[in-house]
Amino acid sequence: MDVTVLLFAAHRDLAGADRTVVSLPDRATVEALIAELRCRGGGWAALPEQSAVAVNRRYAHSGTVLDQGDEVALIPPVAGG
Amino acid sequence: MTWSAITTGPIDTREVLSRVGAEEDGAVALFLGIVRNSNEGRRVSGMEYEGYAEMAQEQLADIVGEAAVRAQTDRVAAVHRLGALGVGEVSVAIAVSTPHRRQAFDAARYVIEEIKKRLPVWKREYYLDRDAKWLDGHVPVAHGGKVG
Repeated sequence: MDVTVLLFAAHRDLAGADRTVVSLPDRATVEALIAELRCRGGGWAALPEQSAVAVNRRYAHSGTVLDQGDEVALIPPVAGG
Repeated sequence: MTWSAITTGPIDTREVLSRVGAEEDGAVALFLGIVRNSNEGRRVSGMEYEGYAEMAQEQLADIVGEAAVRAQTDRVAAVHRLGALGVGEVSVAIAVSTPHRRQAFDAARYVIEEIKKRLPVWKREYYLDRDAKWLDGHVPVAHGGKVG
């Protein structure tokens, strides 16, 4: 299955991209997705293992199981206001 | 009716105030977040707000709805701006009206504190004497436990 990953702020600077598509085995978790991204090496390897995430715009957990077509955002520490 | 928005244009505080108010209300609280000219001892020349706009819109609507329940009013309005802002510009505006002052202050406070905790927005600060940097923030907490 394929999921779309969105990157923001410091994460985007590290990866050098604001979005990417990742192919994963069915029923892969957020944790597996982040491991897959980090395996790309370069700036991707510097992404934190324990990032906060949102799946389809709602906050989720490292153990959240992903589905085909999900939109997964890595959420760096937030600083609005 | 509660109201919330994410915008890239200047915030008109009178328009935000116009979203609240009713004949039974004796109190209106207006909170403004402003870009200031220094941070941690450095002179700041401006700020760039980046956001996950679609999710930020949903989160802000949730936060405003929660504040309305707590204050037992439906007159809560909030808007957050994204993009490049100069010193003195308004980055966030929150207005609440209630029959008495305590609920208005409390609800406005709730909205800004929750924005700080969970709105998916980031800011890069620009300085007069060094390179820009992303500011440290809060690790958002998912429903039911810590994310991650």
